[in-house]
Amino acid sequence: MSFWPYYGLKRGISTTSWPDGEEDSVGITPGRPRATQSLHPEESAAQCPTQALRVVKQQETSEHGVAVDFSRCIHCQRCRTGSHALPWSRDFAWGASTASAQPVLGSRFSASLHVLYIDAGACGACVNEVRLVDAPPYNLHRLGIFVTATPRNADVLLVAGPITDAMRTAILKAYAAMPAPKRVMGMGTCAINGGIFGESFACAGGLEKIIPVDLWLPGCPPPPLAIIHGLLSLVGRVAPASLEEQP
Amino acid sequence: MSISIELQTVLHSNSALSWHEHSEQWLQIMCPAEQLPTLTRYLLEKEEAEFATLLVEELADQENLTVHYLFYLPATGKLIELKVAVKAGAELPAISDTVHAADWHEREAWDLYGLRFSGHPFLGDFVLHDDDWPEGIDPMRRQFDGSKRPDAHGTGAEWAPPRLLQEEGAIVFPIGPVWGDFNESGLWLLETPGEQIRYLHTRLFYKYRGVEKIAEGRTVDQGLLLAERFAGASAFAHGWAYCQALEQIGACQPPPRAEQLRMVFAELERIRHHAANIAEIAGSTALSVAKALAQGIVEDLLRLSARLCGHRYFFGVLTPGGLREDLNTDALEILHNNLPAIDQRMRALEQHLEESSSFLDRIEEMGTLDSQMAKTYGVVGPIARASGRNIDLRRNLPYGQYGFLAPDVPLEEEGDGYARLRVFFAESRISVKLILDLLAFLPDGPIHSPCPVREGHALAWVEAPSGATFHWLRCTADGLITRLRLGTPGFRNWHAFERAIEGAAFQDFPIILATWGLSVAENDR
Repeated sequence: MSFWPYYGLKRGISTTSWPDGEEDSVGITPGRPRATQSLHPEESAAQCPTQALRVVKQQETSEHGVAVDFSRCIHCQRCRTGSHALPWSRDFAWGASTASAQPVLGSRFSASLHVLYIDAGACGACVNEVRLVDAPPYNLHRLGIFVTATPRNADVLLVAGPITDAMRTAILKAYAAMPAPKRVMGMGTCAINGGIFGESFACAGGLEKIIPVDLWLPGCPPPPLAIIHGLLSLVGRVAPASLEEQP
Repeated sequence: MSISIELQTVLHSNSALSWHEHSEQWLQIMCPAEQLPTLTRYLLEKEEAEFATLLVEELADQENLTVHYLFYLPATGKLIELKVAVKAGAELPAISDTVHAADWHEREAWDLYGLRFSGHPFLGDFVLHDDDWPEGIDPMRRQFDGSKRPDAHGTGAEWAPPRLLQEEGAIVFPIGPVWGDFNESGLWLLETPGEQIRYLHTRLFYKYRGVEKIAEGRTVDQGLLLAERFAGASAFAHGWAYCQALEQIGACQPPPRAEQLRMVFAELERIRHHAANIAEIAGSTALSVAKALAQGIVEDLLRLSARLCGHRYFFGVLTPGGLREDLNTDALEILHNNLPAIDQRMRALEQHLEESSSFLDRIEEMGTLDSQMAKTYGVVGPIARASGRNIDLRRNLPYGQYGFLAPDVPLEEEGDGYARLRVFFAESRISVKLILDLLAFLPDGPIHSPCPVREGHALAWVEAPSGATFHWLRCTADGLITRLRLGTPGFRNWHAFERAIEGAAFQDFPIILATWGLSVAENDR
């Protein structure tokens, strides 16, 4: 005989209060580099293997700095320590509207949003993080967001991975089968531009190459709260972030 | 020479064979194609060799290929490589009738290199899907430009799934490539006359990213980023194998502190990987509290990892020659203080699950791979150990400092879902103990030795959470990759998965899938 409800209750509530309250537990996010003024911007930028860091020089003030392109950052951590380190944030509100974003979904969706997840070559870290949004520490359901297994019920298409060629047809079919209004969210650096895999014979190297996208979620992988931030910003419950940061 | 007298006799008595010792551990035998089946059979039957991986390399003239068949001897820790030269477009005798584990490797080599294996019954539609990819283009060949897709397409809608069952009313029930809530992509075609699954055709490689191809021409530094990111759930294990290959080429020995901290990270990853599998097993039987408890453990381990090294999945922790960053005393103390509690939660979860008869009913005698099948398919990792195969690279081919601190290897005989669950739990416990042992005797000192970039090639291996992984790396003196072969445990174990499904009831498919805990990303690469 087992007493599962009791074991569950005994564990207590482990769910974060975010977005209503603050959340700053250690380890909840890998963090990411911040744009910063620097005396040696070239040295800082040179550490980046994916060209996510860019040197910015302002003519008038002769101030130098490093700008960060989050769509290229894969958290390799090389700019986190050492003599030319950049400061790293501990934030996770990373969802950023695309240039072709449609307006936020209206109030009818804000507490009833259905998401279909498609894996288009994700490495397993994105899949693991997206599985955890459903787990007690994050509990997606409390926010009125639900996961569906069919595009017919889906309002949001959540796609991870560098968009492998073999998944192209499946994504197109799922997108076409979704009822309007619908929104598309590209999850992880891979979905934005192919990430470390890039564009190749096997990968389209970015979701926008095959369907219109409303929201980018940078990160390698984006942690669970970043995924929730992205979904909430599609319905206008939180403000989207930017894909770039200037010093 | 440190090989058996019998093997020496075979080598000496056969004038067609030549050999040399690439290293003390690694015997390379140049083998004419026609001798391949005999020699393979000999290695398997007389030397009890295990098949590691098969890889093809194209020579600079673009007309000749070299095929490396890599074996190891679990008893002595020796590597044996059979090296076969073949003209591009020619044919080799298949060895998969003897070494069944090589079956998928041969199919892969046909798809990617156009190398035909005589006697192989089923070449085609494997890595490259016939409906999508044009016939006759072999993407791993040098002449193929990997930067873009060819203009031609495959057969499109004409492709039909294979079908064996001809009974009246029999159907092929497809699952995937998009299926369920949060799942990896793949297509599973279940053939059934109604209730019982008779055959399963697994069609993977929907996630094929061509990692081995796109690695070519990149720097060895970029290669590490790829090695960490092609299978994120075991990123550290693959990154470690890749770094070991570079260290072999550069003749670099990482300092002891780095070696031990690498073991700490690798074992932490193993616990997290297994806990995530346990969560999926509980979830597949709709035991939602158990799933939630296991997910709580996974999340706490991820947070712990990020506190230690900055990243929840250990990305960016490794560097050739050691580790990028040391763990300070605080971090080590956090680990030391938190791990026993996590271990307690795992033990409590295991006990609760063992007391849930309705749960055990659904995984006992489910998805069974008997020990004979496990041997035939050469499965690796926890799957192998749940089917009575006493094999673990940490003990059979020690690397890092596992030679001094070999972990216990839990062994189960039944090969069913319950046996796999027990192995996942037992290995997690052993890993906790190993980490605590390591922390108690962690030497001081540097965490990095310089690792020069040189021309060369190397084979390195790691017992990843899901089993043995073999990375073969060849690079130029400028540090450019000319060949990266990722022989992954996923590729080995998915091959055997079909056998465990046959005869199961339809609704048990997701449960069996969960008890195998296989990564598609690791298979597809």
